[in-house]
Amino acid sequence: MSGRSALSGPALRMGGLVLALILLCVVGIATTGGRFASAGNITTILSLAAVTGVVSIGMTFVITAGGIDLSVGSVLGLATVWASTLSTQYMAEDYGWWVMVVTALAVGLAAGLINGALVAYGKVPAFMATLAMLAAAKGLAELIAGRQTQRVEVDPFLDVFRADLLGLPVIVWIFVVVAAAGWFLLNRTTFGRRTVAVGGNPEAARLAGIKIKRHTLYLYGLTGLTAGIGAVMMLARTTAGSSTTGTLLELDVIAAVVVGGTLLAGGRGTITGTVLGVLIFSTLTNVFILNNIDSSVQAIAKGAIIVGAVLLQQWFAAREKSTST
Amino acid sequence: MVDVDPPGAEQRAQQPLLQMRGIVKEFPGARALDGVDLEVRPGEVHCLLGQNGAGKSTLIKVLAGAHQPTAGEVLLDGEPVTIPDPVAALGLGIATIYQELDVVDGLTVAENIYLGHELARGGVTRRSDAARNTREILKRLGHPEISPHREVGSLPAAGKQIVSLARALSRDARVVVMDEPSAVLDSEEVENLHRIVRELTADGVAVIYISHRLEEIRQLGHRITVIKDGRTVATSLSVADTPTDELIKLMTGRAVEYSFPKRPGVPEDAAPVLEVSDLGLGDVFSDVSLTVRAGEIVGLAGLVGSGRSEILETIYGARRATSGTVRMGGKRLRPGVHAAVAAGMGLCPEERKSQGLLLDEPVYRNITLSSFARLAHGGWLDEGAERAAAREQVEALELRPASVDREARTLSGGNQQKALLARWLVHGCRVLLLDEPTRGVDVGARSEIYNLIRRLADDGAAVIVVSSEIPEVLGLADRVLVISDGRTVHDSPADDIDEHRVLDLVMEGSVS
Repeated sequence: MSGRSALSGPALRMGGLVLALILLCVVGIATTGGRFASAGNITTILSLAAVTGVVSIGMTFVITAGGIDLSVGSVLGLATVWASTLSTQYMAEDYGWWVMVVTALAVGLAAGLINGALVAYGKVPAFMATLAMLAAAKGLAELIAGRQTQRVEVDPFLDVFRADLLGLPVIVWIFVVVAAAGWFLLNRTTFGRRTVAVGGNPEAARLAGIKIKRHTLYLYGLTGLTAGIGAVMMLARTTAGSSTTGTLLELDVIAAVVVGGTLLAGGRGTITGTVLGVLIFSTLTNVFILNNIDSSVQAIAKGAIIVGAVLLQQWFAAREKSTST
Repeated sequence: MVDVDPPGAEQRAQQPLLQMRGIVKEFPGARALDGVDLEVRPGEVHCLLGQNGAGKSTLIKVLAGAHQPTAGEVLLDGEPVTIPDPVAALGLGIATIYQELDVVDGLTVAENIYLGHELARGGVTRRSDAARNTREILKRLGHPEISPHREVGSLPAAGKQIVSLARALSRDARVVVMDEPSAVLDSEEVENLHRIVRELTADGVAVIYISHRLEEIRQLGHRITVIKDGRTVATSLSVADTPTDELIKLMTGRAVEYSFPKRPGVPEDAAPVLEVSDLGLGDVFSDVSLTVRAGEIVGLAGLVGSGRSEILETIYGARRATSGTVRMGGKRLRPGVHAAVAAGMGLCPEERKSQGLLLDEPVYRNITLSSFARLAHGGWLDEGAERAAAREQVEALELRPASVDREARTLSGGNQQKALLARWLVHGCRVLLLDEPTRGVDVGARSEIYNLIRRLADDGAAVIVVSSEIPEVLGLADRVLVISDGRTVHDSPADDIDEHRVLDLVMEGSVS
């Protein structure tokens, strides 16, 4: 009996998210009909979700471990700039498009590891360390780009990442692969188990022999890496690198993760929920755009959804506690 | 008619200010107080004496409004009163100064003193009034040098205690309860504290004073009430006329006798598994040396704050030793918990919920947390193997309910302790460090835990047990070390020392 109630909690939450998504689709079809339900529009929604989605997977780990990374948006921007400088593009022309990919990933990973080192070894609160990185990465990106938008001229790069595969854009496939990898990492590996332990009770994790400092370093490195992947996708989608790319992305990402059911306080994380959270927000945006509704109204609706989802979570949590003890 | 005033006044002075009658407090599965009586007169220092777990803390929490008694009554000036919450207690003039001083570090002295009853007009605090009153109170307490505007976090422990006292005075407290106030102070500060207590009582305030230091009780106290196993065993004894021997006798010899497993005796040639030499941690403890052989249980007895828990945590690598070495199987351990765990050491911490368990995770994940080296392959989890390993221990330890999928939160204290033991059994520990293994475990489950610990030792583990409950240490361990003020004051086989002697050592030895 108790086993069933333990199962039904997460299942119920997922059910709620799926229901919300279906509801949005119904509204979309009802208001715009075929325009919403077309294959082209579905692809648009998925492409819209892809970049936020990839970064949200990384963020899910950090939040599950009880941390936060505010710098993902500006690190993503920095990575697009660094990977699209003239010198990087020249090298990419000479050696191959992968130079740009490696550059973006390296920038993201490095920024993430700096965040992680500050949080784990410097004992700087995650909020402050990553806020500082947000400012610094943005400044560095502006310095490098000279506040200019850098066009991507490496055609092989664009050919690879703007292509379609089995009817879907490559960047959507990247999202699918990253989400699947994230799911396995969180649910099937010791890394994931340790992440939950560190978030649920850091002192207990430490006394159980988990190297929590090193683990924290890895976690922020991982999130930085997903920002780097997001940068590659962004370069492909916009065909340009800019220091303004990714501005305020961190808010969308955190909202998607938390709406998905990952606890902001740490100790519980769900990749499936994050994916659904991202899809809900991108579908919402799409429905509003199709209906020509002002983007300000859109922002208000987003706010309402975040508050509603968190209130629901609290309600579920209170109910679970009252039934289990 | 002529009033016979002087004798009448004297009579009134002897009227009890506070009476507690037949106080009972039940918690789920435990009866912490089982009929406690206390009678305190104005202007006296009334000492509350009892071993750890006797119910002193629960009693003062009832008085402070933090706990509601299940039965019994509290009378103030002969009138029955109810104390539904801490604010009500302060309103009645009952102030409690806890051992863990409840001051807010980030606020100033004056702000702390008036916290919750700020002097304000229309929502705006009257800072100058508060500062002036604070200065007056601090002067009365003999500390005019403390500025009302100083941040409390920058004060030493003694200063914080003064602030707590000042808060009590700002409320016009008539009864001040002090829980081991001298435990955090050095001898000079203790002198000042005693002076303040004497001045308070001279003003007619009643002080309920909890201390384990008999010498202090002799210097300061007027009457003593002794509590044992949640009951009053002696009330209102005169401090001057009661010999130490009698007090200790009253505190020991319990109503509930635990049954302990037989000691098979450790063979002389058993290999030493854990060797600790000259271990020290700053000014917390120093020169701790002990050897634990396979199959041996070593018990550490001592008061709260004596350094016993810190000794365990330092052996485990959770605190970095400032001197000395820890060896396992002859090899010196590298610093850090990870190295200790990898070498086969496990700790069941004092606070199971906050230091041991992942409460929202299923039991099996709590049990396998330290054994990924064995139960996972190249970073990939094998949940089948995890469940099987956990289930094996759940059955062996008779953990109830016998499910590995329940959240750890839902288990009782005793079963949570079993889950932690299971973690180290799955890991295959050679050295087990147990800090208060039966805290929060109900009486029935205790013998089960004792038997388990003994069985682990019989299977070859080297075990160290720390406990506040002296009979537990004496009954369970093969060898007993008594710790007082961070030093080993006694080391002998358990058979060579009794409860009386241990109490004598920790209580007299701790006089500053």
